[in-house]
Amino acid sequence: MVTLVIKRIGFMIFTMIIVSLILFLLLETELTGDPAARVLGQFSNEEQRELWREQHGYNQPVMVRYVKWLGNFATGDLGESIRFKGPVADVMLPRLWNTAILGFWTFAIMIPLSLTLGVLSGMREGSMLDRSISVFGILTTSVPEFASAVFFSALFVFGLKWLPGTSSMSGGFEFRQLILPVMVLVVYDFGYVARMTRASMAEVMTSQYIRTAVLKGLPYKSVIVKHALRNALIAPFTVIMLQINWLLSGVIVVEFFFAYKGFGALILEASLNNDIALLEACAMVAVFVAVATQTLADIGYTFLNPRIRFS
Amino acid sequence: MSTTATTTQMPSAGYGAALWRALKSFGLLRESWVGMVGAFLVLFWVMVAILAPLIATFDPNSSIQPFAKPGMVAAKGGTFWLGTDHIGRDILSRIVWGSRTVLIYAPLATISAYTVGILMGLLAGYRRGWVDDVLSRLADIILSFPVLVLYIIIIATIGASGINIIIAITFASSPGIMRIVRGLVLDLRNRDYVAAAQTRGESDWKVMLVEILPNARGPLIVDACLRLGYVIITIGVLGFLGLGLPPPDPDWGGMVNETRQMAMAFPHMTLFPCIAISSLILGFNLLADGLREISLRD
Repeated sequence: MVTLVIKRIGFMIFTMIIVSLILFLLLETELTGDPAARVLGQFSNEEQRELWREQHGYNQPVMVRYVKWLGNFATGDLGESIRFKGPVADVMLPRLWNTAILGFWTFAIMIPLSLTLGVLSGMREGSMLDRSISVFGILTTSVPEFASAVFFSALFVFGLKWLPGTSSMSGGFEFRQLILPVMVLVVYDFGYVARMTRASMAEVMTSQYIRTAVLKGLPYKSVIVKHALRNALIAPFTVIMLQINWLLSGVIVVEFFFAYKGFGALILEASLNNDIALLEACAMVAVFVAVATQTLADIGYTFLNPRIRFS
Repeated sequence: MSTTATTTQMPSAGYGAALWRALKSFGLLRESWVGMVGAFLVLFWVMVAILAPLIATFDPNSSIQPFAKPGMVAAKGGTFWLGTDHIGRDILSRIVWGSRTVLIYAPLATISAYTVGILMGLLAGYRRGWVDDVLSRLADIILSFPVLVLYIIIIATIGASGINIIIAITFASSPGIMRIVRGLVLDLRNRDYVAAAQTRGESDWKVMLVEILPNARGPLIVDACLRLGYVIITIGVLGFLGLGLPPPDPDWGGMVNETRQMAMAFPHMTLFPCIAISSLILGFNLLADGLREISLRD
């Protein structure tokens, strides 16, 4: 167990270093075009670009720059955002908080919903209910987030006039504005988790100990609740943790669509405005969140599953 | 010398039989109504894309009459069945021509990702050792990126164009394909026919491509169907975020991006492209589900 944790955390650090190297090579070196031209715009002249390079230390060797950059990053100096004219950390933190709120509500609704549907359909594999749930899941995961955002807006904003069409929270936090973004994310994501839960549940249902319990004459309900669920819910735990990675992608689309001031919209804004320092910081945070949840998922899975823990 | 003659002849007979089997397994689709609906949706859009010049009633890029509602008759003759957008382009014609865009770029990107992913997966699974370690670690690292963040960074640095979208999709999805292929190869590499080919003295690449790969096709076909749907979502999302194909050529995601500010007053501008893209993706996903159901049966 301890060696596994150390191994996983070691790999996490290794991944972050490689990712930082990839980001640095892509965004800060001449590999993909002149960074000075990218920051100053295509209409800047060579003199301005040279001056900028001199000021920002771009004339030093690549390796020296990378080590310095990584050092700054590790000590919390994320640089200045060109677009928002301020330290990157000050721009990023409130946005991260907003996205955390959005993510919290999405998970709070998606997890119970998808686990229930998955267990219901995995309980009796091949039944009418099972087929209906699985086709419904395919239907919802086939609609891209921007399309379901359009459909829901057409229905709830323009048609029924129940909900606001944007979520900019300009007049302070309002829960009503959060409903549509959360709905879009839940609808796109729950199908996959439900499907994985179904597979896990279906596998458990065919196992020997469930058959024993049924043949012993236990009521069906207690077989499901006391015996099957415990083992069937181990695999979905990993799947749900890994959904955080997917959520980060979905969040970009949804926040852009509903003008929600979150982290996803910030990444997009940074890239469309060539705000390199901000883009690097956002990407590092996004990858860190993704890798950290993967690590937690791995460790958690081992911890929850005694068959692995003790072997 | 004689061995080369026989082996060059073998694959052609093999491909004929494989093609026949593939057709037969598509015939089996009629046993799964889900798969049938999927196949119908995909075929519908393929036909629309092929017959685009016949179906589209207007030029997709010319500005005719802005803000026309669906069903309105054009001043110079013809009907805007689905209305026009803010600069007066006929939406039906743009959706019809847009189906070409998506049905050209999505398969190209998928094929490109599969080529890279299969080669990497074969190498990792067959050679094992350090090759496997390096490729697997690399795949882990690329897969640890939230996908859309990766796309945004790649497109932001190399620019938005058709080729660059294919490059970005290849880069982001080949590691996933590699993992699947690697797993299949690890299972297949110990089979007798592989050992037989090795004893015959076939080269590694020949064993991988002729002996192992064709036997791994089942799960790969299902995965390719799902992935095609996912690539269409990606192209749509990139278009929607303004990182897709450059205007003015019609692209479904881009159409939604350009007109979403007017959705309040003119919902038809955004609704119809969204229905188009959702139905095509649904087609591929249902088809994949039907194919998997059939492959599990026998």
